[in-house]
Amino acid sequence: MRKNSTKIIILAVIALIFILLFAFYNIKGGFGYAFPRRLIRIGAMVITGIAISYATIIFQTITHNRILTPSIMGIDSMYEVVQTVIYFVLGSASIFVVNLYLNFGTAIIAMLLFALILYRFLFRADKHPIYLLLLAGMIIGTLLGSFVSFLQVVIDPVEYLSLQSRLFASFNNVKAELLYISMVILGAAFIYGKRMMRDLDVMSLGRDSAINLGVNYDKMVLKVLILASILMATSTALVGPVTFLGLIVSNLAYQFINTYRHSVLIVASSLISIIALVGGQFLVLHVFHLNTTISVLINFIGGIYFICLLLKESRAAG
Amino acid sequence: MIEIKSLTKHFGKKPVVEDVTVTIQPKAITSFIGPNGAGKSTLLSMVSRLLDSDTGEVLLDKSNVKKMKSDEFAKRVAILKQSNHLNVRLTVRELVSFGRYPYSKGRLNSDDEKIIDQAIEYMNLTNIQHKYLDELSGGQKQRAFISMVIAQDTEYILLDEPLNNLDMKHSVQIMKILRKLVDELGKTVVIVLHDINFASVYSDRIVALKNGRVVKDGPTNEIINSAALREVYDMDIPVQEQDGCRICVYFNSHA
Repeated sequence: MRKNSTKIIILAVIALIFILLFAFYNIKGGFGYAFPRRLIRIGAMVITGIAISYATIIFQTITHNRILTPSIMGIDSMYEVVQTVIYFVLGSASIFVVNLYLNFGTAIIAMLLFALILYRFLFRADKHPIYLLLLAGMIIGTLLGSFVSFLQVVIDPVEYLSLQSRLFASFNNVKAELLYISMVILGAAFIYGKRMMRDLDVMSLGRDSAINLGVNYDKMVLKVLILASILMATSTALVGPVTFLGLIVSNLAYQFINTYRHSVLIVASSLISIIALVGGQFLVLHVFHLNTTISVLINFIGGIYFICLLLKESRAAG
Repeated sequence: MIEIKSLTKHFGKKPVVEDVTVTIQPKAITSFIGPNGAGKSTLLSMVSRLLDSDTGEVLLDKSNVKKMKSDEFAKRVAILKQSNHLNVRLTVRELVSFGRYPYSKGRLNSDDEKIIDQAIEYMNLTNIQHKYLDELSGGQKQRAFISMVIAQDTEYILLDEPLNNLDMKHSVQIMKILRKLVDELGKTVVIVLHDINFASVYSDRIVALKNGRVVKDGPTNEIINSAALREVYDMDIPVQEQDGCRICVYFNSHA
């Protein structure tokens, strides 16, 4: 146990170093102008990192699968649908685009509605396993993705350019006010999730053992799905979709920290996310000089890591 | 006392358990036997609320199992299923500690630790308690899971084919421990068994199922005879007496 706490401290120190570097390195122009803006970006990255790690770890526990992320349910696709439809139907000058609160709120509500409708119709843990839900989510997600591509092909090219900036994860133009709202949502999610941590530890033993030990398994699965959706929706609405991040950081956490305790795993993977995001953004700014974006960087490294994981899992199974 | 009352379960249109009524006698080992697909495991899963029944009810001391609080039930009835594949890496002791979850909710006190020590001792796992489960043999792993169930400290222990994949020595060890649990600690054990001779030698009562229905239910000596077994398995099974144990010598019979 002490070894784990040492590891957590190391992660925290690295995360802090990156945050300080990001905040103070090579700060030019007016300090009073640049510094608050950097702080907001750091805030966005920290919140996204925590939300995605949290959602991914609990989602992987209920699916008993470490190479899935909640995005398999098609929640991110729903985000793309909402943004594309807004630009297509109402145009980039509409109030749903200009008013950030409205845009943020619409996106979150649409994603959550989508998730809840999916659970309402497809999730009956006693009747069929969770995989049916995942499969349906994946297929609907693909369908929504094709629909989005279709709209993007026929949309006005000028509108498309403006739309594109919303569909790539970006920490550069996050508004402070949305950050505060996200913090409140994240805080509420933490309070809601805090009591579930120990039950989640037991759930990692599998459904039968968890029920044997008095965990109301099927109800817990639904609660976890809802919590994961809220976290995913918040982070996606705040900065856009960051597909692979959750997969990388959760698996790094499993490998780095030797425990079954969700509270510890979530803290560790959140710190790894913060390191990846803040460190990655730092590299993008000061090493690549904005010649690439953090999404590209994360998807590139994440893609390679995902393939390695698949190879490793298939070898373990064979 | 556990009373199973006209329990029925269909998978799709296929009836798996049909109108089963059985009373489990306390402080005894009851074995569920029967051919493959007889519904033994399904029945055990319904008794332990892993699976909902279509109709019928299970009563634990007169109260309906479905209406009991999940953690209260977990303090009284423990179930161990056949496959225990784990996605997480745990040591033997960590696994056994989970047995205290219904009581401690993850915060173990000194009493819990004492009970965990005893459960590990009981299954002879003390010297490997800090080893990881994936480093153990099948028999050791099975003992670790049974140890968790013992730490759960319930009056009722339900086991679904605990001898699966175990060699003779480990099978005998586990059956002896179950016998001790009943004779020394006054537990009630319900066990699904494939090997009819283990059922004959170690159980007090036998419930025989076939095609989802109970065909025989009674004390062991009433069931282990050629006539009764013919009804259950549709084959001639000669029964021989050896040192006071009735052994079924079915290896050569006409099936």
